[in-house]
Amino acid sequence: MTMWAWVLVSCATAYAIKLAGYALPKAVLDRPVIHRTASALTVGLLASLVVTNTLTTGQHLVLDSRLLALAVAAVALWRKLPFIIVVILGAVAAALGRLAGLP
Amino acid sequence: MSLAETFRTWRASPAWRMGMSIGAATGLYGPSFGALAVSSGLSVWQACALSALMFTGGSQFAFAGVLGGGGTGLAAWSAASLLSVRNGIYGLEMKAMLRPPTPVIPAMAQITIDESMGTSSAQTDPVEQRRGFVTAGIAVYVLWNLGTLLGALLGQAIGDPKAFGLDGAASAAFIGLLWPRLKGRDPIALAVIAAATTIIVVPFVPPGVPILIAAAVTTVATLVQQRRRP
Repeated sequence: MTMWAWVLVSCATAYAIKLAGYALPKAVLDRPVIHRTASALTVGLLASLVVTNTLTTGQHLVLDSRLLALAVAAVALWRKLPFIIVVILGAVAAALGRLAGLP
Repeated sequence: MSLAETFRTWRASPAWRMGMSIGAATGLYGPSFGALAVSSGLSVWQACALSALMFTGGSQFAFAGVLGGGGTGLAAWSAASLLSVRNGIYGLEMKAMLRPPTPVIPAMAQITIDESMGTSSAQTDPVEQRRGFVTAGIAVYVLWNLGTLLGALLGQAIGDPKAFGLDGAASAAFIGLLWPRLKGRDPIALAVIAAATTIIVVPFVPPGVPILIAAAVTTVATLVQQRRRP
């Protein structure tokens, strides 16, 4: 499939999931396992995305300026800075790391 | 009540103010998605299509993040779709809370995201809950899409993702999305399990797949724990 097809199929899936929420019976809400599983899924996916976007290139684990960016971002989040500042600081940290000669 | 009066009443409400400020804050980081999407190999219009049609930030970042790491379209679709499962739960909650008439549900569904659900649930009065949902949903929609276009054009101008540390911005964006969910011991433990699983499986499976394995492991861990501690 072309990239456009994946983009559109993914958009359609996301909409179908949103719509499905309105179609499901209310009783589903009374089962705490549903809530727990949905939030665990979200945490698991995001944590994994942090790792793949920071430590991997293809199928290899690599340490480079992105780890510096992650550390700076974590400190910024801990200091309760807004999301956009966190992202900008991450970019600046990676750029400075490379300027300083890190991979 | 005339349209102008209705609008004035809305604008004076706390839900309007909260929705608009959340819209502004989200709009501000729209450019970071646009730039990352383009640096992951998507075109400017594909980035814009994701914001207009998928319209759920975390999944959009995931879609671009998987592709940027060399993952296939299938892996990107899977990660983005799994990450949007929570919107289904929000839909269920919003339907119970706001009791919308059936004809507006298709439009409501599209703006059912973290921000609209959050703004709505933060209100106590039922009228305010509806206003909060609509205001945040529409404000985020408009500004997020504008931001995406700006960022995508910027990303196209920059070109190489390593220039200006755009790859570092991706790491920062994902931990920024994760951070607010790490309240309490359980989510932190789950995040550690997911991270460790990812590191272990990365060398053995194609890019993008580790994310799906980590998601499966986290889900199983939650279900097992749930059984032990009802």
